[in-house]
Amino acid sequence: MSIAVIAIIAVGILGALLGIIIGVVAKVFAVEIDERIERVGELLPGANCGGCGYAGCADFAKAVVSEAASPDQCPVCSKEDIVTIADYLGISAEEKEKRVALVRCSGDIPNTVRSLYNGVRDCRSAVLVAGGAKGCDYGCLGFGSCAEACPFGAIEMRKGLAVVHKDLCVGCENCVAACPKNLIIMVPEAATTHVYCNSPEKGAAKRAVCKTACIACRKCVKASGEEDHMLVDGFLIRTNYENPPGPELVEAAACPTTALRVDSAHSADAYQGASK
Amino acid sequence: MSDKPRKFKGGVHPDDSKALSSHKAIQEAPLLDCYKVIMHQNIGAPPELVVKKGDVVKKGALLAKAGGFVSVPLHAPTSGTVKSIDKIPGPTGISVPCIEITADGEDEWASPFEPIADWKNAEPAVLKQRVWDAGIVGMGGAGFPAHVKLSPPEGKKIDTLILNGAECEPYLTADHRLMLEQAEEVVLGAAILARILGLKTAVIGVENNKPDAIEAMNKVAGKHNIQVQALPVNYPQGAEKQLIYAITGREVPVGKLPMDVGCVVQNVASAVAVVDAVVKGIPSIERVTTVTGKPLVNPGNWKFRIGTPISKALELAGGITEQPAKLLLGGPMMGIAQSSLNVTVMKNTSGILLISNDEVSQYTSEPCIRCGRCVDCCPMQILPATISQAVENKRFDWAEKLNVMACIECGSCSYSCPSHRPLNQQFKRAKVEIQAGLRKKG
Repeated sequence: MSIAVIAIIAVGILGALLGIIIGVVAKVFAVEIDERIERVGELLPGANCGGCGYAGCADFAKAVVSEAASPDQCPVCSKEDIVTIADYLGISAEEKEKRVALVRCSGDIPNTVRSLYNGVRDCRSAVLVAGGAKGCDYGCLGFGSCAEACPFGAIEMRKGLAVVHKDLCVGCENCVAACPKNLIIMVPEAATTHVYCNSPEKGAAKRAVCKTACIACRKCVKASGEEDHMLVDGFLIRTNYENPPGPELVEAAACPTTALRVDSAHSADAYQGASK
Repeated sequence: MSDKPRKFKGGVHPDDSKALSSHKAIQEAPLLDCYKVIMHQNIGAPPELVVKKGDVVKKGALLAKAGGFVSVPLHAPTSGTVKSIDKIPGPTGISVPCIEITADGEDEWASPFEPIADWKNAEPAVLKQRVWDAGIVGMGGAGFPAHVKLSPPEGKKIDTLILNGAECEPYLTADHRLMLEQAEEVVLGAAILARILGLKTAVIGVENNKPDAIEAMNKVAGKHNIQVQALPVNYPQGAEKQLIYAITGREVPVGKLPMDVGCVVQNVASAVAVVDAVVKGIPSIERVTTVTGKPLVNPGNWKFRIGTPISKALELAGGITEQPAKLLLGGPMMGIAQSSLNVTVMKNTSGILLISNDEVSQYTSEPCIRCGRCVDCCPMQILPATISQAVENKRFDWAEKLNVMACIECGSCSYSCPSHRPLNQQFKRAKVEIQAGLRKKG
């Protein structure tokens, strides 16, 4: 017999033996996996964004199957997906209002005073150097830490300002934690009209550094009449998200600085700052 | 103490540019019509306001009282009326509360306390209380309340008092001029501080590039049994831990204080403020600040009242000949860039510095080439290159293991990096993130 044949037979026997051992071990020490976990995992989006509060989609699937979590906690799933998961598990899922991120600043580069900054291009680093290069202490620094944190590409950096695209935002809240200025809040998806300013300073101080700041002139408060759409908070007006106004308020109020904006128009770059 | 000071490992030798102002005698800044005193001038708790809008105050009157043990009171820089209590841009860029005082031009005294002429026989506790009442902070730059350093907890024995006259930051000459012109006060201040700590002697450390200051100190040091130690020129020689090593050979462990190795370090300007407070009964309302930089017509050293806007300080220095690239509070290595001229002189403002366009370059940072220059020059002997990579990858846990918390933010690594990497800023970021993480854990 040639050496080649011996080698083939020897390796063949060895392979068969090891195969049998692996087969036996796999049967004896089999770990039972709940197939429902796998199925729910397939139904989940698989983005691992962490918006549900669990370590990832697989972890969340485990929690849903063991009924520690409800499928509606996933902010990414559409209503249909949630119903599918709930039906599969034979449980009921509550319908939850979807919330999206809102960057409360409209001060892009043409509309704000900024100083020269030559350091790390990252908001959390920039804020350590004199609070960032922006004239306004409260505004968007524009280095895109939130955009980087967003797993869904829903935040666009446009002219040094973070702009949320509502259709892409799933509400995972990753951007909220990334912003060193605490500018980003979660608002109901149904709300369309927002005040894009977060500075509590006096009107004159804000106007000195930003053309699109809310100067608390209260035109929008008056325009909303008896309805409690807008709330006055010192030198800043805030949208009342318990009772949000419709897009028609923007025209009715004629905000002199265009701080009051409709979100779709804001993300389409339709506003200019006040000329003065 | 050895005769030859030890040389700490690392450090850099930037061009010191001190000749611009080192020969200019300290001048008294003229009285202004308005001072804006920033409320929170110390490390620790902010003080509590005791005046209100419209109050008439005399020079030296209490504006705010200490808001805790690690906090100091604030006094009026001149007599006048409290015009408003409002916000102005602070030295860190964020708006901070400040007390605006309209001067009446009388500059009338209302001494908040009596001088202690016989300080040699006064109780150390009384002297220490006076240091606190006078609102004295570390005037070298950090602004740490002086009385806290003078209060070692039970069980920690202090055996060495060091006065910091190293002034290793390039450009700054305020401490240099102070040691030349007020040598007696510096030494007297050292003696008072030594009495508070129960010591017989103290050491004044001065860098070798100020031979005239060393000579001036040596002339008077014998009077109060103070020693003068010449130190090799090496930035950051004036950093607390490096100074302690150079003079005593002791190393302060990471996360510990000079107290833990039996040392207390005070700045020479703080020592002069202590003399003012104890012997003359004057609270901390003025300080010597260097106003310098190549774009200035007439750089020099001035004695400013606390609350002087830096625009006025620059006017005193003759204005500018060219548009500067940067305005810094402090020296070029550790100073903070400013975006407004409305910032005012604080108790820890050692310098106001204009940097000209040919001194700064707009570099873009490039990848680390692992040359090891930052490792060689780091005075704390950590690994800046490796930590920088950890921070870039947002691995703050890794940075913490590599002892980023030991970083004193002297900027030697950024200065020496041929790839112009923003090392110092990355470490600042890492320290903030790690501290935030610790706070979350509780």
